[in-house]
Amino acid sequence: MKMNGARILLESLKREGVDLVFGYPGGTVINLYDELMNVREIRHILPRHEQGGTHAADGYARATGKVGVAIATSGPGATNTITGIATAYMDSIPMVIITGQVPTPLIGNDAFQEVDIIGITRPITKHSFLIRHAKDIPTIVRKAFYIARSGRPGPVLIDFPKDVQISQAEFKWPESIDIRGYKPNLEGHQKQVEKAVEMLLDARRPVMYVGGGVILANAAEELTELARTLQFPVTTTLMGLGAFPENDPLALKMLGMHGAYAANMAMTHSDLILAVGARFDDRVTGKIATFAPHAKIIHIDVDPTSIRKNVRVDLPIVGDTKDVLVKMIDCLKGQADKVTAQHAAMEAWHEDISGWKTKHPISYKQSTSVIKPQYVIQKLRELSEDDAIMATDVGQHQMWVAQFFEFHQPRTLLTSGGLGTMGFGIPSAMGAQAAYPKRQVICVCGDGGVQMNMQELATMVQHRLPVKIVILNNNFLGMVRQWQELFFDKRYSQTCLELPMDFSKIAEAYGAKGLKAEKPSEVEQVIKEGFAHNGPVIMEFTIAREEKVLPMVPAGASLNEMVLNA
Amino acid sequence: MHHQHTISVVVENEFGVLARVSGLFSGRGFNIESLSVAPTSDESLSRITIVTSGDEAVLEQITKQLNKLVDVIKVLDFSDGSAIERELALIKVTAEDDSRAEVLRIVDIFRAKIIDVTPKSYTIEATGSPAKINAILDLLRPLGLKELVRTGAVAIGRGAKGWKG
Repeated sequence: MKMNGARILLESLKREGVDLVFGYPGGTVINLYDELMNVREIRHILPRHEQGGTHAADGYARATGKVGVAIATSGPGATNTITGIATAYMDSIPMVIITGQVPTPLIGNDAFQEVDIIGITRPITKHSFLIRHAKDIPTIVRKAFYIARSGRPGPVLIDFPKDVQISQAEFKWPESIDIRGYKPNLEGHQKQVEKAVEMLLDARRPVMYVGGGVILANAAEELTELARTLQFPVTTTLMGLGAFPENDPLALKMLGMHGAYAANMAMTHSDLILAVGARFDDRVTGKIATFAPHAKIIHIDVDPTSIRKNVRVDLPIVGDTKDVLVKMIDCLKGQADKVTAQHAAMEAWHEDISGWKTKHPISYKQSTSVIKPQYVIQKLRELSEDDAIMATDVGQHQMWVAQFFEFHQPRTLLTSGGLGTMGFGIPSAMGAQAAYPKRQVICVCGDGGVQMNMQELATMVQHRLPVKIVILNNNFLGMVRQWQELFFDKRYSQTCLELPMDFSKIAEAYGAKGLKAEKPSEVEQVIKEGFAHNGPVIMEFTIAREEKVLPMVPAGASLNEMVLNA
Repeated sequence: MHHQHTISVVVENEFGVLARVSGLFSGRGFNIESLSVAPTSDESLSRITIVTSGDEAVLEQITKQLNKLVDVIKVLDFSDGSAIERELALIKVTAEDDSRAEVLRIVDIFRAKIIDVTPKSYTIEATGSPAKINAILDLLRPLGLKELVRTGAVAIGRGAKGWKG
């Protein structure tokens, strides 16, 4: 059957199982939007800014594991998606972004609302396509989704010229696709796995170092099984939070710049690191030269470029983390005696670790006069549902969430780990809530980042997305202020946001509920009231102004050179 | 150890692919000494020859990152001696009076060709390994080099096998 290009695209999205898109109309996608009115199976959410729409698609993808879809028009609509695309790229989030483009004959002529969006986004997409003929659309869509979700996932952009949207072609869904230059290596090499298991069984001071790759591969269950079988302590990166239950006795919690003392000491003193779906980011390793000086490193990653990029690796295993972990578990099944012997041999190591945990637990000093941000996070955990989805913005509050909100399940933390995008929190929470209307979705922001995308509050009100937004207000760009305090002699250059503004009133102006707590005694009541409200809420907490995120490894220092109190 | 390396990349013959490859080098801070590109006997493929430099870790990253690009079908990493490399240079030199004969002698020794003549100049076409091109240039430079255009190296593996093995 012949259809226009716009309809072919929508039919193709349906075939890929897309039931929700976040998009913003405009001149070069007006035909696509016209056709959308005829397609009932695809729900559409109109954000107030394309950046919000793109982060929402990202939040949807992080929470569900499916491919998020965002639509924007050409030119400024397309460029507004860039921060969202880069955020998804850095955290390997599967996403397809469809941008309108000026008609094919006008491309390259500086036409109205024309930009070379493929050129602009080349470094921040996994791949991109320009559709030239309507007949190619089904194959391109299928390839785009396949590339976005397979191997190391990532964002894929499809640029869609206006004339191709109108032109007619036959809709033919390809039975299969073959991309000759793209064959991700998903199966871990059996011999390498066996060698790795030997090394695991020889270790006396091992640590499992777990990243977001475990969550992306839906391998949290296998990871937990392996850790418990071997009785190995587990530390996670920010992106890995939720991959291993943090209330497990083996949990070391997060490592790195604002990681737990025990986690960083364990890394420094370990004789073997099993890195799973983690990439040795500079926020994790600290000074490379002194990173884990005694450890052999086994590195499992689906992306070969992650291996040996930052640190030396003794045994690389390229493959899907789930596949490799399953193979390791299988391989261990016949070696129960060795596993038992090893448990006994690791006693001293476990004692060292409990010593570090007791000596410097993640903690703070409570106050009766002023609200401590850590206290708010602890109360949020206590009063929220176990499977609540937590989205954060970027800054001090993000680290307090990572330190004090215990994560027990994968896909319950949505945070911009790689790019560190302020303004990510609210729209990503919106995307998760759209995916799971019944689950509790909380978004913790600072007073800085919240002002970067708070227009999406209007979208939440319009689409009845009851996200609970928590603002920890210290009237500062807190993380930058903390650096200025510690490393720039308290010269607070442009980090003070002093202004008598009232976020709860902003909530009300958008038609949401606004609540505010200024004293520790009010915290619990405000959270209870906010959680009980059936709609989007802003809960503002006036927090201790100069509270710092501690412990901290100063940039460029070694992991064991932590600032514990300052 | 820092050394020069020739990498041959077989890619889809589509628009934008060269930008992806060269953008990878600039975006990740890899060095490009020379780059040449043209379609192959299979019209759906192009072959890019890149001469780059870096230590072993950098070269490993370059190869892996190239392989990661969706449009890249094969990355051939030529270690020393495993490939034949050739480059074309067009060289315009001053050639008046006594030096005309000297230029001719050099051209003859290097088995190059004169492709344009004026009373004041010769234009020479030279092919060979990049080292050979450098050698002829070293000899011509004192005689008055007016203009030089080089293609950068192209490389092909030694032996009977094609790149598909």
